[in-house]
Amino acid sequence: MCNQAVGLVAAELERRGIATVAIQLLREVARRVRPPRALWVPFRHGYPLDTPCSQERQTAVLEAALRLLEDTRHPPPVLAEFPARG
Amino acid sequence: MITGYYKSATVAELSEFSPPLRLFLQVYPWRRIDPVPWTPLSKPLAESRLALVSSAGFVLPGQEPFDASRRGGDPSFREIPGDAGVANLVDTHRSESFDHRGMRQDPNLAFPLDRMRELLGAGRIGSLNRRHLSLMGSITAPGRLVRDTAPEAARRLVEDGVDVALLIPV
Repeated sequence: MCNQAVGLVAAELERRGIATVAIQLLREVARRVRPPRALWVPFRHGYPLDTPCSQERQTAVLEAALRLLEDTRHPPPVLAEFPARG
Repeated sequence: MITGYYKSATVAELSEFSPPLRLFLQVYPWRRIDPVPWTPLSKPLAESRLALVSSAGFVLPGQEPFDASRRGGDPSFREIPGDAGVANLVDTHRSESFDHRGMRQDPNLAFPLDRMRELLGAGRIGSLNRRHLSLMGSITAPGRLVRDTAPEAARRLVEDGVDVALLIPV
């Protein structure tokens, strides 16, 4: 439900001229709801930025989200995937 | 309210949830955004003003907690001032379907104010907005979210001159 809620708010912000990027934890929900610009992350519920108290891991996700904002190659809705740790 | 347990997982999947919740989510009529609105970046990020929108249900001391008893979910939001201390954020998310321990240990996990301040310091973004928005995302009936909450959230952020919003679910 959290994934849907942020997607719906993101859509309204985009309608009003604010560029958004929404992190998503459930790919299937992101495909159905279609937030305008989404970054799916391979982490469990409650852990959208990966690891508590890890500046490095959290910043890696945030940096990927910011890069998605800068990436103009794809038409909306954009659903990118953050790579899982190998 | 539908509750469920969580189990250890590395990737979020519906299978994390209890059987009743999983069944509910499988038949749930997800809201499809159609048409998909689109706003490209209007200026470089290093010149853009950013706001956070998190659905982790955080409030600050003195703010009204989200209403866990509200049928269909509490569609309201709280303003989190830009200078708020992350350690002061209090988790009031009602869902028992996920592990709250990480974000209680470090609210940056779902409301990354410290991380954004670091990115601001590094010049990656131009400015952080004077306020950010906190929702409780456990909203099964999103009519009021779409009709009232999202437009009001947008109105405030447009008023602030926000260029970019980063949205984070849990």
